[in-house]
Amino acid sequence: MKYSVKILLLLPAFYFSLYGQAQDVNELIAKVKEKLDKVNDYTATGVLKTDVVFIKAPLSNVVIYYKKPNHYRMVKNGGISILPKGGVSVNMSSLISNDKFSILDAGETVINKIKTRIIKLLPTDENSSIVLSTLYIDETTLLVQKAVTTTVDNGTYELTMTYGKYAGYGLPDKVIFSFNAKDYKLPKGITLDFDEKTKPAEGTDQKNKKGKVEITYSSYTINKGISDEVFK
Amino acid sequence: MWQLLKIELYKTFRRPRTYIAFGAIAALIILLQFGLTVDGQEYADFMLQNLGNFEVQGKMLNGYMVCYIILQLMLVHVPLLVTLVAADMISGEANAGTLRLLLSKPYDRGTIVLSKFFAACIYTLILLVWVALLALFVSMFLFGTDDLFLMKTNYIVLIKQDDVFWRYCCAFGFAFIALVTVASVGLFFSALAENSIGPIVATMSLIVLFTVLGTLNLPVFDTINPYLFTTHMTMWKEFFDEKVTANNEVIAGSIQDMPAIIHSVIILFIYIVGLTGATIFIMNKKDILS
Repeated sequence: MKYSVKILLLLPAFYFSLYGQAQDVNELIAKVKEKLDKVNDYTATGVLKTDVVFIKAPLSNVVIYYKKPNHYRMVKNGGISILPKGGVSVNMSSLISNDKFSILDAGETVINKIKTRIIKLLPTDENSSIVLSTLYIDETTLLVQKAVTTTVDNGTYELTMTYGKYAGYGLPDKVIFSFNAKDYKLPKGITLDFDEKTKPAEGTDQKNKKGKVEITYSSYTINKGISDEVFK
Repeated sequence: MWQLLKIELYKTFRRPRTYIAFGAIAALIILLQFGLTVDGQEYADFMLQNLGNFEVQGKMLNGYMVCYIILQLMLVHVPLLVTLVAADMISGEANAGTLRLLLSKPYDRGTIVLSKFFAACIYTLILLVWVALLALFVSMFLFGTDDLFLMKTNYIVLIKQDDVFWRYCCAFGFAFIALVTVASVGLFFSALAENSIGPIVATMSLIVLFTVLGTLNLPVFDTINPYLFTTHMTMWKEFFDEKVTANNEVIAGSIQDMPAIIHSVIILFIYIVGLTGATIFIMNKKDILS
C-alpha cells in the first residue's frame, strides 16, 4: 500500500518533470531561433577547403550569400569548386526557420569541452527534404555547436561550428561539413588513363571514407540587404 | 654540319608526304574541338555522373581541359606520324639511289647520320608546335580558360588556372623527347632497309606492340614494361598531378612524382643515344650497294 502510494505521488512529479523539460526544450529552440532571426541577410567572405581522400583540390576564396528564410548561395571567385550536393547550403537558420517540426529532448553531452543539450527535430512536413536533424546547443550562449542532419536525397551531414566575434548573431567563424564519401572509380576507357597506377592522395587515411568541407569565414556583412537576383 | 642540316631540312620539307602529318593533326584536332563545342556539356555531364554525391561548380569544359583531352587521344597517334618522315630518312635515299651520292660528300658517315637525325628532330619540333598551337591556343580561344579539372581513374585533380600553363609547357617539352625517341627508332630501322615501307611499318608495329603490352596490365609483362619506351612516353601526364600535405591540402606549383618523370626522361635519352649510336655504327659498317 505504502509502495503504491509512493508511486502515485511520484507520477505527477514525473509528469511535470517531463512537461517541464518539453517546455524547456521548446523554449530553448525558440531562443536560438530568436537569436538567429536577428540576421535577415549576410554576405560573408571565406576560404573553402575540400578534404576528401580521392579529391586533390586547392583552397578557394569564396563569397557566401544568405537571405531569410532559406536562400543560400556560395560563389567562388573564379575557378571551379567541388562541393557535396545539398550539404553546404544546410545552415542553422534554414534548419529552424519554420515551425514544421517536432522537438524531442535527447539529453546532454559535451562537445569540445562545452556542455550541450541534444535536441532532435523531426519535420512534420512529409515533403521535407530533411528526415531528421539533431542539434547540440550550448544553453549558455544559445549557439548550435554541432548539427547532424539526415536528408532524403543526399545522405547524412554533420556540421560542426566554431564561433568567434560574430557569436552574438549566431554566425560561426568556421564550419566543418562532414559526410560519407562514396568510393570513386572511373573506367579506364573513359579516362583514357591506361597507364594509370593507383595513386590516392598522399597523407590521408585510405580507409577513411568520410569527406569534409571546411569553410573558414573571414568577415560578415550583416543586414545590409541582398537582391534576390543574387540567388538566381 | 649546318650545311648538311639545311640540305636535309630542304629535302624533308620538299616532300608532300611531310605535310600529311600536319593535315591529319589539324583535321583531328578541329574535329575534336567541333565535337566538344557541340556536345561538350553532355560529355562533361556524363563524366560528372560518376562523381557520386558531389557537384562541380564552374566552367569545367574550358580550353585547358579540352587540350588535355586532345593530347590524351593524340599523343598515342602522333608518334606514327613522326615515323612517316623519320623512317624514310635513310632508306628513302637508298630507294631513290641517292644514298651513294650523299655518302660521297666530304663528310664522315656519322656526321651525315647526325644531320638526318637533327633534321628529324626539327621536323618533330615543328609538328609538336603545330599540335600545341591547335590543341592549346585554339582551345583556349574557343573555350576560354579556367581551372583544370581532371577526373583520373582513381582520383580527381583540380589545378588552379594560374598553375596550368607552365605544366603544358613542360608536358610539350617532355612530348618532344618522347617523339624524338620514336624518330630515333625510325631512323635506326631506316638504316637497315633499302626502301621506306619496311622501316615505316616496322616502327609503327613496334610502337603499337609496345603500347598494347603496356596497356594490358598483365603480370607476365610487368617485368618488361619498365624497359619499353612507350611506357615512358605517357609520363607527360605526371605534370598534371599535384602533391598534397598530410592534411590533404594541395601544394600549389608542385608535381606529384617528379622523380618518375626524371627517370622516364633518362630512359628515353638512353634510347635516343643508343639507337642513334647504333644507326651511326651500322652506317659506318654498311656497304652501300644501291
